Amino acid sequence: MSFSSENLTRAHEIIAQYPDPHSAILPLAHLAQDQDDYLSVDAMREIAALVGTTPSDVQGVCSFYTMYKRTPCGKLVVSVCTNVTCLVVGGPEILEHLEARYANDDDVFVEEVECLAACGNAPAMQVNYEYHEHLNPELAAAVVDDYKSGALRARGVSGGIR
Amino acid sequence: MVSSGKEVRETRIVTRRLHDVDNSHTYDAARADGAYTMWEKVLAAKDTADIAAQVKASGLRGRGGANFPTAIKWESLPDVYPRYLVINADEGEPSTFKDRELLEHDPHQLVEGICIEAFACNINTAFIYLRGEFALGYDRVMQAVADAKANGWVGENIQGSGFDLDIVVHRGAGAYICGEESGLIESLEGKRGMPRIKPPLPIHSGVYSKPTVVNNVETVSTIPHIMKMGGEAYARLGVNRSTGTRIAAISGHVKRPGIYEIEFGMTFREILFELAGGLRDDRKLKFFLPGGASFQWLIDTDEHLDQVYDIDDISAKLGTTLGSGAIMAYDETTDPLLVAWRLAKFYAHESCGKCTPCREGTGWIEKILYRMSHGQGRPGDMELLMSASANVSPDVLRAPFTQTTICPLGPSPVSAVASLQKYFRAEVDAACANGPVSIPVSAS
Repeated sequence: MSFSSENLTRAHEIIAQYPDPHSAILPLAHLAQDQDDYLSVDAMREIAALVGTTPSDVQGVCSFYTMYKRTPCGKLVVSVCTNVTCLVVGGPEILEHLEARYANDDDVFVEEVECLAACGNAPAMQVNYEYHEHLNPELAAAVVDDYKSGALRARGVSGGIR
Repeated sequence: MVSSGKEVRETRIVTRRLHDVDNSHTYDAARADGAYTMWEKVLAAKDTADIAAQVKASGLRGRGGANFPTAIKWESLPDVYPRYLVINADEGEPSTFKDRELLEHDPHQLVEGICIEAFACNINTAFIYLRGEFALGYDRVMQAVADAKANGWVGENIQGSGFDLDIVVHRGAGAYICGEESGLIESLEGKRGMPRIKPPLPIHSGVYSKPTVVNNVETVSTIPHIMKMGGEAYARLGVNRSTGTRIAAISGHVKRPGIYEIEFGMTFREILFELAGGLRDDRKLKFFLPGGASFQWLIDTDEHLDQVYDIDDISAKLGTTLGSGAIMAYDETTDPLLVAWRLAKFYAHESCGKCTPCREGTGWIEKILYRMSHGQGRPGDMELLMSASANVSPDVLRAPFTQTTICPLGPSPVSAVASLQKYFRAEVDAACANGPVSIPVSAS
C-alpha cells in the first residue's frame, strides 16, 4: 500500500493543521483505512515516515484504538450496539442474527460495539459508521443487504465519504 | 401516577434551533436564525473582561459530567502563550447522546461558542476532538468550520479585528477513555489515550504542555446564549448553584425516549413520567440511572422520584450525581444483575490498562457479574464482588468517589455494584442461592 497521490496531498494538508506533526497519526490512519479497507503495516510505516516517527510508535498508537482494523475485514464494518439501552430493547438479538447470517461472508464484518450514542432510537447499529436506528433483526439484515447490493452507498471502512 | 399539577415542559435554549429550524446544520439556515450575531457583537465591543464577567455571573458549570465552573477554569489560565482550547466531543458514556444531536444538527452554535470563548481567553487555536464513530457529525462540523471561515467568522484578522482563530477538527478512533480530558489530550498528540497523572491540570499544562481549556460541547454551545441573555438572566433559570438548563438524554423503557432540555429544579418524577411519558405498556418502574452509566442508581421510591434535578442537592442527599445528563429507566421485567454486568463489561473493555487496579479490577468485576447474571452465581458472590470492587473504589458504597486509580473509569462499575448492594441485595442473593458452589478446598 501507499497513499494515492490525491490522498498524499490530503495527508500533507492534515499534517500542516497541527503544531506538532505527531498529532496527525490518528487522522492519517483513518485516511489510509478508508483507502485500503484496513490499516496495513505498510500504511503505518508510511505514516511514520510522514510524521517523523518510528513504525513501532505508529503501530503502538493505532493498536490502542478499536476503529483501526489491522487485518483485512471486508468492505462493510457492521457495528451492533449491545450496551445497556440496546441490551433491553433487542440489541443482542440483532447481533446474534447478523453474526450467523454473515458468518461466511468475507465482505461483511459484524462486530459488537459499545454505546453508539443512539439510545433515543435504540436498538441501533452502524454500517461503516453510518447510523441505522429503530431496528430489529430482519430490518438490520435488510440494511446490510442494501449496502451489499449497492442500493445504499457505503462510506469508507473508517467512515469517510467515498 | 399522580400529576404534580403544574405544567412540565422543556426550556429550549441550546436545543431551540435544532428543533425549530429546518436544515439547522447548514450555514444559511443557522445564519438566518441568528448564528454569529453574538460573535459579531462581542468582537466589535472588544470587551473580553465583559465576556468573562457574564459567564461568571451565569454560574455556568461544565456539562460533560464534572460540573466544574467554566469561569473558574478561565480565571486559572496562566499567562503563558500559545494556549489552546479543546472541545471534548468524544461522547461515549453509555446512554449519553446529547452532544451527538448538537454536533449533527447545530454545529454553527458550537463554532460561535468556540469563537467567543477563544476571544475571551486570548486563544488562537481550538481543537474539536470528535468521537471517531461520529461520521455524520464529523462531516457537518467540518462543513460548519469551512463555511464559518468562508464567511469571515473564523480565520485570520476576523472582521478586521486583528484577532485570529484557527479551528482544527480531529477525529478519535474508538476509545471511551479519550473522553477523560487528559486521555483526550494524549490522543490529540497522537498517542495512546492514557490519562495523565494530575497535577499538573490541563489548564496549566495540556496540549503540547501548554495551558489548555477543555470544555464539553454543550457547555460551549451555551456561551452565545449567555452573552445574548446576560449572565444574570441566565442564572435566574434553575435552582441554587445549578443554574440554567441541562440537556437530559432519556432512554430505556420510557414511552418517549430522546433529548429534553430542562431547567434545573424539575423532579425525576416529572422528567420520567411527564416529559418522557412514563414506562412502556404502563409497566412499573424498577430502577433508573440518574446521571449516566458511571454513577449510582435510584429506585422507585417517593424519596428518589421526588429528588430535584440539582447537581449539589442530589449528591448531598442520595450520593449520586447528574453526571453526563443521561437518564436511563428500567421497568419491572429488568434483571438489575444483567444491567450491572453489561456496564462492567463496558468498563472492562474500555480500561486503558495504565493503572493495575482498573486493568485487573474491572475484568474481575465483569467476570463475577457475568456468572451472577447468567444463572451461575454462587452463594457469597456478592461479598466477593464487594471485595474485588474495594480494590478499585475502597469505600464501595460511596463509589465512584473513592479511587485507587488515576482517572475515574476504574471506580465507575463499582457504582453498579454499590447499587446492587443497596437496593437489590435480596434479589441478588436469591439469584445466586442455587447456583454452582465452589469446590471446597480440603484442609487435610
